[in-house]
Amino acid sequence: MTTTRLRVRQAVLQALHDELESDPDVVLIGEDIAAAGGVFKATEGLVDTFGPKRVIDTPISEMGFLGAAVGAAATGLKPVVEMMFIEFIGVALDQLTTQAARFRYLSRGRVTVPLVVRGSAGAGLGFGAQHSQMLDHWFRGNAGLKVCVVSNAQNAYGLLRSAIRDPDPVVVLEPRVLYGERQELVVGEEGIVPLGKARTVREGGDVTVVTAGAMVPVVEQAAALMSDTSVEIVDLQTLVPWDTDTVVASTASTGRLVVVEEGPWTGGWSNDVAAHVSSELFGRLRAPVARVTCPDAPIPHSGPLEARYLPSPEYVAEQTTRLITTGRAPLPWWAEEEKVQ
Amino acid sequence: MSADDVSLKRRQALQDGPVQRLERMMEIRRVEESVLELFNDGYVRGSTHLAIGQEAVAVGLAAAARPTDMVACTYRGHGTALALGLPPEAVIGEICGRQVGCTDGLGGSMHLVEPDVGLLPTFAIVGAGIPVATGAALTAWVRGTDDAAVAVFGDGTANIGAFHESLNMAATMKLPVVFLCENNLYGEYSRIDRTTPVADIADRAAAYAMPGVVVDGQDVDAVTAAIGEALARARAGEGPTLVEAKTYRYSGHSRTDAGAYRPDGELDQWKQRDPIELGTARLLESGIATQEDVAALEASVAERVQAAVDIVLASPHPDETEILRHVLAPANR
Ligand SMILES: Cc1ncc(C[n+]2csc(CCOP(=O)(O)OP(=O)(O)O)c2C)c(N)n1
Ligand SMILES: [Mg+2]
Repeated sequence: MTTTRLRVRQAVLQALHDELESDPDVVLIGEDIAAAGGVFKATEGLVDTFGPKRVIDTPISEMGFLGAAVGAAATGLKPVVEMMFIEFIGVALDQLTTQAARFRYLSRGRVTVPLVVRGSAGAGLGFGAQHSQMLDHWFRGNAGLKVCVVSNAQNAYGLLRSAIRDPDPVVVLEPRVLYGERQELVVGEEGIVPLGKARTVREGGDVTVVTAGAMVPVVEQAAALMSDTSVEIVDLQTLVPWDTDTVVASTASTGRLVVVEEGPWTGGWSNDVAAHVSSELFGRLRAPVARVTCPDAPIPHSGPLEARYLPSPEYVAEQTTRLITTGRAPLPWWAEEEKVQ
Repeated sequence: MSADDVSLKRRQALQDGPVQRLERMMEIRRVEESVLELFNDGYVRGSTHLAIGQEAVAVGLAAAARPTDMVACTYRGHGTALALGLPPEAVIGEICGRQVGCTDGLGGSMHLVEPDVGLLPTFAIVGAGIPVATGAALTAWVRGTDDAAVAVFGDGTANIGAFHESLNMAATMKLPVVFLCENNLYGEYSRIDRTTPVADIADRAAAYAMPGVVVDGQDVDAVTAAIGEALARARAGEGPTLVEAKTYRYSGHSRTDAGAYRPDGELDQWKQRDPIELGTARLLESGIATQEDVAALEASVAERVQAAVDIVLASPHPDETEILRHVLAPANR
């Protein structure tokens, strides 16, 4: 087993390197990924090693190059497309959700699209309302497409390698606040993280907190604040298809579930988790399922407001504690403010 | 005076003459330099895209257009916003996320706005403003006013679908819109010749049967004239024009980018044709201003921008309750 200490962005780079090396059909496509090595430096140096036919710079033409990647995938290559900021896929979404995710079905399995779209996502750096969203809801709900979210260097490496090997289109979201986070991780075959499997970050007996992406470290800090409470933390890792077994088993053992999501209150994956667990474990829960999310608002730029917009460790700890002590799901902060007014 | 009255007054001042236009270019430069200082001092979160070197395009546009002509501009829009009339504290304040900013600090560097001088919320997605400007022209066309619209975008943006769809639609419908391309030779870290098979974006006008005009983007008078002519065509019902201003950004693409991908000497060569120096030389030669006048202008600009920075740094961050305001109309929630 080989281990090494890498930042999240370096883990992405390592995964891309290892897949480019092991499979000649893998190609990378995106804006400023070759000569410049990527805006987040996740492809640095790869063009020098693998050449301009494997690591391909494009014009600013997302519909063109994402669509070209779909076509290349349908005809034998395994393209990995970089969306510098995941929002940019908005100008190209048809190619992924309505084309790539339909080919297998519409060809009855004869034309498939082993495509990966990886993009930086999420808030926390002050990039404002058009460069800070998670946007996983643009991809969920499109049968034929898998979606995962990175939360550390290990799964940045391992999920991406799985995604590239997967026979279907996969979106990998990389929270950009995490790119600089460093960790000792396993690389090589043993470092591969399967799609569709959650990871138990920490075991506990009083409450299960299910989360993903940049909220994983937030929830870990929240758990540290709740010294009297034994918190089990589950990192979903893959949002579609998500690991119902792990989540249901964990919640069955703790009797309580809090779902913490970086995303709007409405339409988030935390609703699916809450609905599924509530019906599976009806009558066996000690409290209703609680959700901790962002408000239904665009993401504000100003520092203190963005900090308020995102669930903080203190807020997660407060809501979790309230759930446990009152046995009722606490209202989100914005709903309470409305009531007070 | 309300904030928009100030903006309108500042906009109208550009009509007073070449001295005012030079002064505005100086102000833009000084504001951008201050933004860089504030960024380095940790007052600016996220990204920021400077337009030092491109001042003449912004001021030429603002001098040629009316405040009722709607402008769709990009994240590289601090200069355009100042030229259109926003006061420095509204721009710097927004970039620093303070209450005094033009969107109360909610938008940040990439999202400036002042509809009363024609500035739609600026666009941080490449190409997004081009169809929107086309739509503003559609309003004028449907209502039969003689207003026009302007889409401002970069050379790299001429490779995105929205550019082509909008030009085709505007030309077919003869909409009163001007497509203003600021060709600064780079889209992010890629030189135009690595992404685009034509050297002049204006060549693409031919595909949509509209005039394509190349103008010296460092010469404020030339820019004003070219955009003025295109606007006149638009107002006369003759349809859109693609105006390409050849210019250069002195800084890298955004905050931390040093622009190392540029060939040696290119920046220095462009600095030989600095828009502010060119504008100054012209005023001196024609006798409109003296060296002392120019020095006084510089001093007053520096003072004004410093005062704006002071206002911004004394301004609080917006209140938390702003997060949930203006998501939808109050009755719609
Ligand atoms: C759809 C989309 N793709 C990519 C980006 C990232 N991006 C922001 S600015 C930029 C370069 C644009 O170049 P150009 O049009 O020449 O304008 P300039 O920055 O030079 O003013 C890119 C690629 C984006 N914001 N939106
Ligand atoms: Mg450019």
